[in-house]
Amino acid sequence: MSTMRTPLGRARGLGSAKSGTHHWWTQRVTSLALLPLFLWFVFAMLSLAGAGYAESRAFLARPWNAVLMLALVGFSFHHIAAGLQTVLEDYVRAERVRLLAILAVKGLCWGAALVCAFAVLRVAFT
Amino acid sequence: MSHPPDPRQATFAGRRTDGSAIQRPLSPHLQAYDMLQMSSAMSVLHRATGIAWSFGMIFLVWWLVALAGGPAGFAQVQWFLSSFLGLLMLLGLTVVAWFKTLAGIRHLAWDAGYGFSLPAMMRSGQAVLVGTAVLTVLTWVLALMVWR
Repeated sequence: MSTMRTPLGRARGLGSAKSGTHHWWTQRVTSLALLPLFLWFVFAMLSLAGAGYAESRAFLARPWNAVLMLALVGFSFHHIAAGLQTVLEDYVRAERVRLLAILAVKGLCWGAALVCAFAVLRVAFT
Repeated sequence: MSHPPDPRQATFAGRRTDGSAIQRPLSPHLQAYDMLQMSSAMSVLHRATGIAWSFGMIFLVWWLVALAGGPAGFAQVQWFLSSFLGLLMLLGLTVVAWFKTLAGIRHLAWDAGYGFSLPAMMRSGQAVLVGTAVLTVLTWVLALMVWR
């Protein structure tokens, strides 16, 4: 006997995926953070409706706008990666394809988030 | 079928009332359920709008990169976004974003334990649909008012 723990005891907390409710909880936390950030984004896009290059750049270069855009980008791609992973887990049956697709989604989301962050910082600091 | 059998299918093996074996369908099954009920339609739309918004984010990436890059690249983004196709896409993304936001709040309320009764579910679903329409129109009226 390798363990004295009951199957229920082992399942409780971490479960078969060995990560417990972390993924589910992450989706809720990021969605809560995105609620106020999305309202700011709507306000930002409205105040930039039809704005030209210089005006748009000046808007994003303001410290609060740059910080909020960084937060929006970070939480958005975190939320998107977690959501698309759930969709792939639900609908892609072949394990190899599913795993590769999830890795591709995570890679694309990390890449896109970093590109956005670099762009915001470049606007803010130049 | 090329992929190995899904072990979950073992739990779908059932018997008809006459005793003959039958393989029960995986749920949610497209033929067994009415996909236009408030419950399932909103669920499907919540997922669909999530996927749509994921692809819509490509335009935010493009916009930010162009803004950091210079006036020439930014002019291309502006040309596309103010074209008919671009405006149609922005309108679509506005609908998607408000729906996803309101439906997301509905899901968070469920997660907190509220609104599970059938009448409450119908009411909150209708509120999400009406809210999406109202906020989309409001957003675009405001956008056209401040457009320069």
